[in-house]
Amino acid sequence: MTLTYAGASGDGVTAVQGLDLNVERGAFAAVVGPSGCGKSTLMKLATGLVRPNEGRIAVDGALVKGPVKIAGMAFQNANLLPWRTIRDNVLLPLEIVEPHRRRFRRNKADYAARADRLLALVGLDGFAERFPWELSGGMQQRTSLCRALIHEPALLMLDEPFAALDAFTREELWCVLRDLWARIGFTVILVTHDLREAAFLADTVHVMSARPGRIVASRAIELPRPRALDICFEPEFVDIVHDLRSRISEVRQ
Amino acid sequence: MMPASLMERAAPVAFTLGLGILWEAICWLFNIDPIILPAPSAIAESAVTHWKPLLRHSGATMWTTLAGFAIAVAFGVVLGMVIGWSRAIYRGLYPVMVGFNSIPKVAVVPILVIWFGIGEIPAILTAFLISFFPIVVNVATGLATTEPELEDVLRALGARKLDIILKVGIPRAQPYFFGSLKVAITLAFVGSVVSETIAANAGIGYLMSVAGTNFQMPLVFAGLIALAIEGIAMYALFAFIEMRTTRWAFRSSFAAGT
Ligand SMILES: Nc1ncnc2c1ncn2[C@@H]1O[C@H](COP(=O)(O)OP(=O)(O)O)[C@@H](O)[C@H]1O
Ligand SMILES: [Mg+2]
Repeated sequence: MTLTYAGASGDGVTAVQGLDLNVERGAFAAVVGPSGCGKSTLMKLATGLVRPNEGRIAVDGALVKGPVKIAGMAFQNANLLPWRTIRDNVLLPLEIVEPHRRRFRRNKADYAARADRLLALVGLDGFAERFPWELSGGMQQRTSLCRALIHEPALLMLDEPFAALDAFTREELWCVLRDLWARIGFTVILVTHDLREAAFLADTVHVMSARPGRIVASRAIELPRPRALDICFEPEFVDIVHDLRSRISEVRQ
Repeated sequence: MMPASLMERAAPVAFTLGLGILWEAICWLFNIDPIILPAPSAIAESAVTHWKPLLRHSGATMWTTLAGFAIAVAFGVVLGMVIGWSRAIYRGLYPVMVGFNSIPKVAVVPILVIWFGIGEIPAILTAFLISFFPIVVNVATGLATTEPELEDVLRALGARKLDIILKVGIPRAQPYFFGSLKVAITLAFVGSVVSETIAANAGIGYLMSVAGTNFQMPLVFAGLIALAIEGIAMYALFAFIEMRTTRWAFRSSFAAGT
């Protein structure tokens, strides 16, 4: 598919061109590529937030014609609502997605318990009543993950969700995401520019070229699961990261 | 030594008293004609003698101000929401709004008097016209500046525009809205007093202009001070309401610029 942004000045920016990507149900796909190559655009296309000029997108067999209505999304900024408690932030999707939306008022207590369970799963036990400003950046990002998952989406879209965190918190959250995925089994598309992150988490890493972006290489990561953080220091893992790195430097030339 | 917090609290009172004493001293030392600048003691004396009309006219000013302000809030919220809702409407209305806002409202009073006669209606309308603009701008800004990524999150869940406005836009606009109220009430007050001064038969503005033509300068100044007290009280009330209603905004340093 191809997408050209109109651009304020009239001369459009072709963000992605001839982009072709296929992700199996339940798979963990990572997309890496140089900055500005259209990774975020790919996310918007896949969720139907923008329409391609050419080409087609299908999610779960159905052609995407408008916003998909089911995807969970998380970005580099947690984007929590400061007037809501952590629990109420997590519950936000249930106030919008059918059929929860209709039942929300009546089953508020059940839903709240569900939010608390999910929060406990990411290590935020006991923080449900706090407000976002009382939490560290890493904790806010965990909350944002919970918000993306509370409605049990079939598709989770993550756009550089850990990019603004320090190295230790980032690795902690890799493990959080790894465990959530193993447990719940949704499909993930993770955009990142951290090659170790991609190699550690994904089944397949797709490398995008510079703008206009397209997929230039896809590499299956055949490391056994469950993967522990220590795997990052094994020669096999290091080789994979090296390989990805050389492909990125090729496309940057 | 007084503790710092006590000193901070006492400072406004001390300064106000100090200013009064300085004023009194200057009038007395330079033997200033009370027609030019009456001394605080003369003003206080006049305020005590004329407390009844002062109170009645203060009440009238308060009423026209609050009536005009109430209309401004209702109108400002509706218009602000319409403008915040749609970029096209925003674009279309913007020049008109800016043009309207740059007209000095004093110039409108004679027109209002021709339409509605001398009385409280021109005062109410002037208060309204002068004070709705900041409310519109703030409500619209609050609604229109939702983070695009948050909007993406919600749209990918199937949220409609109305959902986004209800769940995000309106709560988000609240600190802007309550912040604009304290500006608007002060402006409404200016509007009603200006209108009363030009064409009315009640209100502090009217009292002052009548007292002025009779050369009762202490009463004119007593009117001024009544205005200052009313203005401070209303500003403080809305600043307090702002604090109470949008505590999260103060805590999370959200909307820090407003
Ligand atoms: N809304 C937009 N309007 C115009 N151009 C855009 C818009 N969003 C992104 N672009 C352009 O499209 C290109 C790809 O952007 P993006 O997908 O955000 O890249 P990435 O996420 O890989 O850094 C960039 O050159 C960017 O300037
Ligand atoms: Mg991006």
